[in-house]
Amino acid sequence: MKVGVVVFPGSNCDRDMYHVLTDVFNLDTQYYWHEKSLPKNIDAVILPGGFSYGDRLRAGVIAAHSPIIKDIQKMAEKGIPILGVCNGFQILVESGLLPGVLLKNESLNFMCEWINLIVENNKTPFTNQFKLHEKIPIPIANGEGRYYVDDNTLKQLKKKNQIVFRYSQVVNGSSNRIAGVCNPAGNVVGMMPHPERAVESEINPVDNKPSSLIFESLMVKMGVVN
Amino acid sequence: MSLEPQELIELKSKIGRDPTSTELQIIAAEWSEHCSYKSSKKHLKMLPMKGPLVIQEKGYDSGVLDVGGGYVITAHIESHNHPSAVEPYGGAATGVGGVIRDILSTGTRPIAILNGLRFGNIEKDQQARWLFKNAVTGIADYGNCLGIPTIGGEVEFDDCYQNYALVDVAAVGFGKKENLIKNHAKKGDLVVLLGGSTGRDGMGGSQFASDSLESEDRSAVQIPDPFIEKLIIEAILEARNHKLINAMKDLGGGGLSCAVSEIVDTLEVGIEMDVDMVHTRESNMHPDEIMISESQERMLIITSKTKLKKLQEICKKFRITCSVIGHIKSDNQMHVKKGKKTFANLPTDVVVNVTLLDLPSKKPVYLKTIEKEKKLKSISDYSKIMMSFLGAPNIASKIWVYGQYDHEVGIRTVIKPGHDASVLRLDNGKFLSIKIDGNPKQCYINPREGAIGCFEEACRNVVCTGAKPIGMLDHLQFGNPKDPEIFWTFLESLKGLTDFANYFKIPCIGGKVSLYNETPLGSIKPTPLIGVLGLIDKKPLIPQKITEGDCLVIVGDTKDEMGGSEYFEYVHKFVGGKCPSVNFVESKKNMKTVLKVIQSQLLKSVHDCSKGGLAVAISELCMMNQIGCKISLENVPGEKLDIDRILFSESHSRYLLILDKKNLKKLEIILKKNKVSFKLIGKFMGDKIQFTKGIKSIIDLRVDMAQKTWINSLKDLVLHG
Repeated sequence: MKVGVVVFPGSNCDRDMYHVLTDVFNLDTQYYWHEKSLPKNIDAVILPGGFSYGDRLRAGVIAAHSPIIKDIQKMAEKGIPILGVCNGFQILVESGLLPGVLLKNESLNFMCEWINLIVENNKTPFTNQFKLHEKIPIPIANGEGRYYVDDNTLKQLKKKNQIVFRYSQVVNGSSNRIAGVCNPAGNVVGMMPHPERAVESEINPVDNKPSSLIFESLMVKMGVVN
Repeated sequence: MSLEPQELIELKSKIGRDPTSTELQIIAAEWSEHCSYKSSKKHLKMLPMKGPLVIQEKGYDSGVLDVGGGYVITAHIESHNHPSAVEPYGGAATGVGGVIRDILSTGTRPIAILNGLRFGNIEKDQQARWLFKNAVTGIADYGNCLGIPTIGGEVEFDDCYQNYALVDVAAVGFGKKENLIKNHAKKGDLVVLLGGSTGRDGMGGSQFASDSLESEDRSAVQIPDPFIEKLIIEAILEARNHKLINAMKDLGGGGLSCAVSEIVDTLEVGIEMDVDMVHTRESNMHPDEIMISESQERMLIITSKTKLKKLQEICKKFRITCSVIGHIKSDNQMHVKKGKKTFANLPTDVVVNVTLLDLPSKKPVYLKTIEKEKKLKSISDYSKIMMSFLGAPNIASKIWVYGQYDHEVGIRTVIKPGHDASVLRLDNGKFLSIKIDGNPKQCYINPREGAIGCFEEACRNVVCTGAKPIGMLDHLQFGNPKDPEIFWTFLESLKGLTDFANYFKIPCIGGKVSLYNETPLGSIKPTPLIGVLGLIDKKPLIPQKITEGDCLVIVGDTKDEMGGSEYFEYVHKFVGGKCPSVNFVESKKNMKTVLKVIQSQLLKSVHDCSKGGLAVAISELCMMNQIGCKISLENVPGEKLDIDRILFSESHSRYLLILDKKNLKKLEIILKKNKVSFKLIGKFMGDKIQFTKGIKSIIDLRVDMAQKTWINSLKDLVLHG
C-alpha cells in the first residue's frame, strides 16, 4: 500500500505525519511536493497540517490552487481515500472537495490543547474501526479552526452522514460542534485535530489507542495487515 | 549613530585616514554595545565554557553539545527588548526569528523555542497589558507558523518594567554531528545572501538597542515574516544535505555589516562585495542603508563556484531569492563597492575589534539597607490571602500564554508546558529537559545570590524530570553599564553564576548580554535569565496522576529568606529583607539524591518549590490533579519559623516528592542514607487544600474554587483589565 504525503510551502506537520506512517504503521510513504503530480498507483493521500503560504489571505486558500490539487480532485472522484488534517482540512475545503469553511476560533486566539472527539460516522476509510460515538482524546492546534456551514448545508451534511467528528464540548464555536467532515461518498475526510500527534503513548498523556484507529481503519480498508 | 568621539579618533588612527560615511556606519554598528559586547566581554571570560560534551567550532552563534549516538544539541538565547517595548508584536516575533537562525546557522534543525517575558504591573497598567498581549501573539504567530514548538518559558510582572518589556527567546536545535557546518572559506568562494529582501526596516537596530529607550523609534523595529523563515529553514537544510554550504551566518544585529565582517574575520579571509547585487525591497537604497539594515529572514552563505547552481535550484524550488553579493579574497579586507565605486575598504580586524572597556563599578548605596525587614501587618485569614495569591499575575497559571503556542508540533514534546521543565524525545533514544528561570526581585536585593538562585532553580526544574544538567545559557540584562552601581550588580551576578557553574561543572554554552535596559523611571532590576539543559539517558519522570492517599515528602530545609518573595512584594507590597541563598554543598547533595530516587522509580512525580513558596507549590499539585491535601506545617524541616515564613519562603534546594504510600519506607531508606534533610509532611485526599499547624487550621480551600481562580485570572486580566 502506497501513501502520499503532500507538501506545500509552509506545511509543517509533513515530517510528523511521515514518521507516524512509516515508523509506527510501517506503510510505504512518499512525500509529494505541491508542484509535482501524484502517481497513478497511489492508494491514499494525506494533506498534513501547517501554515501553507503563511496562511496569507485565508488559511489554505492559496495552496488550494497548487498544481497537485487537480490530481487530488481526480483521485477523490475515483474514490481513493484522502485525509486532510488541520491546514490540510482547510485546503480541502478551499479547493471545494469538502463543504463549509474554517473561520477564526471564537476566542480569536490560536488554541493548542487536548480535547475529546466523538466519532459520528464510522463508515469512512479513516473511521471504520471505531464504534459509533467512540471518544478520542486528541490535540488541536489552530487559529482558524472554527468549522462553519449555513443551516441548509448543515441539514444536508446530517442527511448524507457527512459529519465525521464532533467535539465532546464546545471548543471553538464551530457549527454543531463539528470537528471533521467528509464528502458525500465518504472517501475524502477533513479534520482539525492532529491524529499524528496522538498515536504514540510516549507523547500522548491520555490514551493513544483511539487515535491509532484512524490509521488502522485506512489499513483495514486497503487490506493491509500489520 | 552612536560612535563615541574617542572611538572616532581611534578609528582614524587605525586606518590612517578619515573614514567614509559607509565605513562610519559599518563601524558604528559593529562597535555598538549590542554587537561588540565592549563593556562586558572582558568579564564574560570568567564563565567556564568547556566541558566533555561541548563542541566548539569557528564562528558559531549557538552552543553545541554532543548528546551521544552521533547526535548533537544546539542552543542559544537572545532578547529583543528595545524593539518589543516599542512594537511588541513585531519585536517579539522577530526575536524568535533571530534566535532560530542562530540555531540554523550551525546546520541543525530548530526543534524547540522557550521564552521569558517580563512586563510592568498588568493589574494597574493598561500599557503593560497591551505589551504583554501583543508580545504573546507575536511569538505565537511566528513560532506556530514555523512549526517549531514553543515548549516552555516564564512570565513575570514587576513595576520596574513599566512602559518596557523584556522578551527573551531561547531555541534548541538537533541534528547529526556529521551535518554540523564546519565553517571554512577560501579565495574565490562566493558569498551569497539568501532569503528576504533588504529594506529600510530595522535601520540601526543594534545601536538603538545599545542606548536607553528614550524615543519610540519604530523604524528601528524589524518586520516579521515567518513564512519566508520557514522556507529558508527547509532550503538551508536541503542545501546542507547536499553539502553546498562552506560557511554560514545569520544576519542579525548590525545586518550585513556585522555578518560579513565577523565571518570573514573568523575565517581569516577578506571579501569584495557589491551592494548593487543585494536584493532590496525598495529602489534607491544608499549603500550605508543596505549595509546596516536589519531586515529579517536573511542568511549569509559562503559556497564554492561549483556548488552555486545546485544552491540556486534549491532556492528556486522554495521560491526564495539568493544573490551572489561578493567573493572571498585572501587580503583580510572588507571591501564594499557599488558597481565599480568603492564605499568602504577596511581591515576586518579593525571592524570586529573594538577597544574593550573596563568600566568602574561601585556597590549600590541602596543595598546597605535593603535587607532590613519592616514590621509587617499580621495575617488573620490565610485562606483568603491564599485565594487572592493564587490569582496574582506572577503566581496564576500561564495557560492563557502557552495555550496559544503550538507546543506539540514536531511530536517530540513528552512533558508539555505547565510543569517544571519541558522534555523532548530525541532520535537517539535519550531525552532533553529544558528550563529557563529569572528572578529580578531577588537579584535586586542581592545580585549575586539572586543570580545563583536562578541558576539553581533552572537546575532543580530539570532534575525534577530526572535529567542531569549538562549545559547552561545565560542572558544578562541590566541597565546602563556606565553607571558604576549598575555595573557592580552586573559583575556580582556574573561572579555568582561563574562560581555555581564551576562547582557543579555545568559549562556555559551560550549567552547574551543586554545592557541599557532603562525605562523613563530608571534602570530595570538586574535580570539575569538562566537556561539549563539536562539530559535523560533512559526514561524521564513523566508526572503521574496523584490519587487518594498518595504521600508528600519534602526534601530540603525551609529558611527565613523572605526578601524578594512574591509574598512580601504582592501581599505586603514590601521590597526588602534577606533573599534566599544557595548552599552549594546542600544543593548538590539534594540534587544528586533526588535524581537517584527518580531512577529507583519510587515516585509518581517531583515538583520544584519556588515562587510563592511551599503553599503555592503544593496547591499547584492539588489544582493540576484535582485532589485535596492535608499538610502538617509543623513537620516542615528547617529552623523554627513563623507560619507565614513556612508557607511562603522561597528557599532554594527544595523538592516535593509525591509517591504511593507503599513506596514510602524504601524512599526513606534512600533519603536517610544520602543524609538529606527531609520529612513526610502530608498526604493527598478529599477535595480541599488544607494546611494545619498542630490542631489549628491555617488554610482551608476548595480545590475547584482555587483552580478556577488560578486558571482564569491571567486571561481575565488581559481581556477585561
